[in-house]
Amino acid sequence: MATEQGSNGQMELHGDELLVVDGVKKYFPITRGIIFQKAIAQVQAVDGVSFSINPGETLGIVGESGCGKSTLARCIVRLLDTTAGRIMFEGRDITNVSRVAMRPIRREMTMIFQDPYASLNPRKRVGFIIGEPLEVHKLGTPAEVKRRVQELLEVVGLNPEHYNRFPHEFSGGQRQRIGVARALAVNPKLIVCDEPVSALDVSVQAQILNLLKDLQDDFGLTYIFIAHDLNVVRHISDRVMVMYLGQVSEVADRDTLYREPKHPYTGALLSAVPIPNPERGRAREAIVLEGDVPSPVNPPSGCRFHPRCPRFVEGHCDVEEPELFPFGNGHVAKCFYPLERWPMTAEEMRRRGTARAQEEPVQA
Amino acid sequence: MALLEVKDLRTSFKTEDGIVKAVDGVSFTVEKGQTLGIVGESGSGKSVTCLTIMGLNAKRTTMSSGEALWKGKDLLRAKSSELRKIRGDEMSMIFQDPMTSLNPVHTIGKQLVEAVQLHRDVTVRVAKARALELLKAVGIPKAEGRIDDYPHQFSGGMRQRVMIAMALINDPDLLIADEPTTALDVTTQAQILNLMKRLQEDFGSAIIMITHDLGVVAETADDVVVMYAAKVVEHAKVHDLFNRPQHPYTWGLMGSLPRLETDTERLVQIPGQPPSLLRPPSGCRFHPRCPYVMGVCRTTEPKLLATERDPSHLQACHLDQETKDREANKLIESTMAEVG
Amino acid sequence: MFRYLIRRILWAIFLFLVITFVTFVIFFMAPNNPARAMCGGDQAGPVCLKTATEKLGLDKPLPVQYGLFLKRLVWEHSLGTSYATSQSINETIKQAAPVTASLVFGGAVCWMIIGLSVGIFSALRPRSLIDRAAMVFVLIGVSAHPVWIGLIFSYVFGVRLHITPIANYANFFGAPPDSGLPGGPVQWAYHMILPWMTFAILFAALYVRMIRANVMETLNEDYVRTARAKGAPEQRILFSHVLRNALLPVVTMLGMDIGVALGGAIFTEYVYQLPGLGRTSVIAIQAEDLATLEGVVVFATIAILFFNLIVDLLYAWIDPRIRLS
Ligand SMILES: Nc1ncnc2c1ncn2[C@@H]1O[C@H](COP(=O)(O)OP(=O)(O)OP(=O)(O)O)[C@@H](O)[C@H]1O
Ligand SMILES: Nc1ncnc2c1ncn2[C@@H]1O[C@H](COP(=O)(O)OP(=O)(O)OP(=O)(O)O)[C@@H](O)[C@H]1O
Ligand SMILES: [Mg+2]
Ligand SMILES: [Mg+2]
Repeated sequence: MATEQGSNGQMELHGDELLVVDGVKKYFPITRGIIFQKAIAQVQAVDGVSFSINPGETLGIVGESGCGKSTLARCIVRLLDTTAGRIMFEGRDITNVSRVAMRPIRREMTMIFQDPYASLNPRKRVGFIIGEPLEVHKLGTPAEVKRRVQELLEVVGLNPEHYNRFPHEFSGGQRQRIGVARALAVNPKLIVCDEPVSALDVSVQAQILNLLKDLQDDFGLTYIFIAHDLNVVRHISDRVMVMYLGQVSEVADRDTLYREPKHPYTGALLSAVPIPNPERGRAREAIVLEGDVPSPVNPPSGCRFHPRCPRFVEGHCDVEEPELFPFGNGHVAKCFYPLERWPMTAEEMRRRGTARAQEEPVQA
Repeated sequence: MALLEVKDLRTSFKTEDGIVKAVDGVSFTVEKGQTLGIVGESGSGKSVTCLTIMGLNAKRTTMSSGEALWKGKDLLRAKSSELRKIRGDEMSMIFQDPMTSLNPVHTIGKQLVEAVQLHRDVTVRVAKARALELLKAVGIPKAEGRIDDYPHQFSGGMRQRVMIAMALINDPDLLIADEPTTALDVTTQAQILNLMKRLQEDFGSAIIMITHDLGVVAETADDVVVMYAAKVVEHAKVHDLFNRPQHPYTWGLMGSLPRLETDTERLVQIPGQPPSLLRPPSGCRFHPRCPYVMGVCRTTEPKLLATERDPSHLQACHLDQETKDREANKLIESTMAEVG
Repeated sequence: MFRYLIRRILWAIFLFLVITFVTFVIFFMAPNNPARAMCGGDQAGPVCLKTATEKLGLDKPLPVQYGLFLKRLVWEHSLGTSYATSQSINETIKQAAPVTASLVFGGAVCWMIIGLSVGIFSALRPRSLIDRAAMVFVLIGVSAHPVWIGLIFSYVFGVRLHITPIANYANFFGAPPDSGLPGGPVQWAYHMILPWMTFAILFAALYVRMIRANVMETLNEDYVRTARAKGAPEQRILFSHVLRNALLPVVTMLGMDIGVALGGAIFTEYVYQLPGLGRTSVIAIQAEDLATLEGVVVFATIAILFFNLIVDLLYAWIDPRIRLS
């Protein structure tokens, strides 16, 4: 199911992927000066990300906040232009298609936004907001649109009586459900979900996750699912991609990733998941990452994770950049000294097990 | 004297469709150095409770009653000048929506400096140094270079960290954190929670932590309030709540969690829709969705009472103690079984 | 920002070309022969007509004529001479423009003062007496015609109450010494009060409504709540957090309305007999003096483009999101 990724980082495609992202980069210039601005640096928000998704699959994306997940998502749905790289949707290169040519594609590919409020027009009523994509694409008479909107409201757990309210009259979680309803309105093939359930309480979260799964079963939807909650990602995803500072650091199918993470950053993430049990939760030892969060403006040399990595090897990790090494079955990790087993304590992670000698890649 | 004592707090909004009772008789106390967790369904009135305490609801459309005693003084009746002195200094709040809570036309630095200078008579330079210190503490990389950036140049999580820095900048006695780490990844979340814990240890600050992440509650709170449809349905010490939950809604919450250890195709969800606050259900507000519903639940509203065993464990449910214990045990066993 | 600037300037140049071209074509096709006008109208002799036609370049094809026209405009800054009065159009405009400028800018200042103060106040106290009164004012302002307001004003304040002059213009820098006309800044302002108010009422009404709506909306924003939570006093919240955001769209509107206002100036100038551009063009129309009319239109176009450019820059300066993208 997963696309094999060769050790040279090149993807081997089989042709019927729904979406192929190939070496996508997005840099934002940082400028100074009022009238004559010169770019003094660049935020390398996304720096060479490649992956592909098959129809009906769910790819989870996790990673530190600020590592470029939303930027990547916006590049995919073409809300941002990419700096480099290619994006193919259903075999078509959509990296540079015009606004007009993009319009029919926007029906196939929608997005649920991270900030529910900022993406809802405060002056429009909820019914209008959800119905708008239907009207834009001319899907139905006004009466049909209204019926569909009320149906959608119910689907996402709002009352049809909310039809005439304004966004600011809703709680955070309710606003997010409006966003979900809007994304679902046009029956797309691919939904890019940028933290769709972060603002929701667990019972509604369960509803939405079940809903997304049901829709996937019924209509064969494909999801890119960005989230911070690793439990949620694990529940919904078939495959999970871990990002760090604009790059992919590990990709594996869900069970493998959670059972045998290879990248120390993935390990740190997994160890920091809060446990809903006071005794076990407080007893758990998270692997604390030392040091400052590096800046995407001038990322660290070599492996980008090296300044915070518990198993950093001087003279190697800070000099040479690791590739995505394959571990079989589509599992790749960008690390010279991958984890030998899991779980591990911080101390064990620092010591680096003996298994390393065999797994250490051949030096070029 | 408790740091904050909330008694029978009620808040309602006038809307086009009628009056929404967003908070309906909520009481709790927060002691110095203590963390109170508030969990509950989205729309259950958690944020509005805290906004009412801070006096931040729009005056025209809001009606509030009850008491919120801050160090003995009722905030609901305080003069606005007194409130202003308390807000941002003794008591600060981290808002739920980091994306829209920062002013788009001012730099991050300017907004932080303002927060300091409103309460301390210091120069801009001193205030800016303090701002930098906090930005570093919340983990903004290269804070010196980014302090003059505008909010739209930050990612969601980074803006949230700026909001946290702003709330902590004057070492408040009470920090109200409305889903402070929802937008953050787990490692940053761990950092921020540590930071808040440190604040608590160093200054004896109290924290009200609103969240729907039961994991976060379990790890940080001393006491937990569970809200449903504008009312408190359960209030207990964190250990009691997680080991002996007494309300069917709390069971529902715990049951619907996706857990790392388990592998279920579908999550358990609480059946039905969240109630409308315009026309709340009669009797117990949870009854239309409750699997254990009895005749009395439809007609009589249960009172928030202590359990027989433990006077500090309050709950509002008509079920008899035996059934509750049985169901609670079943739930705990099923979640424990997953671990093994 | 630099790119933004370049874009705006290129856009302005493009608009300039389009508008001058359209103006030129319209006047070119007008059923009026300038050569005939130059030779004294209906009694023009054929020889005179022929030389005049050649002199004016009227025998050349349209694009060439337009090119000549542009060249004259851009390099010699000349709008040509009137065929009817043989006066330099530049000179005519130089005399009329300051009058219109005083009217429009003074009026803009008045309407912004009214718009801001009433708009903000009614936003802060919605449904108060002042708010309701302001809404009545808006209703009257929006539906009334400047000629009607002007006549009422000059009748009430000038004819009945004698507090203001009824009409005429006073030069800001003093009148020519031997003319016996009033002059100087005080007289200037004194003569302009009524025109300003007439002029301002129309727009003030619109602006009150817009500013009220914007301020009320901004007051609902989350970041305003953040400022309150910091303990900021209401006044500071208003000035530092609300107004800047609320006035962003107002600035854009202002840029567009200055253009509309130039059009509205015709009526006001007419009522108060101010020798501005509006009156000049009315006179030119009556005299079938198309060249002068064309000059006024082209000049007004350039002025409007120029102000829009300034407003765009101002906007970028206030809104960092534009400045930085
Ligand atoms: N200004 C307002 N006008 C009208 N109704 C409002 C207003 N603010 C909140 N409400 C309503 O009050 C109820 C409680 O909202 P509140 O924001 O406290 O929910 P919450 O518990 O914080 O939910 P979440 O977890 O989603 O943030 C909701 O039903 C909401 O629709
Ligand atoms: N318009 C912009 N101009 C400059 N830098 C930007 C812009 N948008 C995003 N960035 C930067 O790009 C990086 C990635 O941002 P992005 O929003 O993609 O992060 P994210 O992974 O979605 O984080 P979060 O989990 O916090 O939402 C950040 O360092 C951010 O500051
Ligand atoms: Mg994001
Ligand atoms: Mg809330």
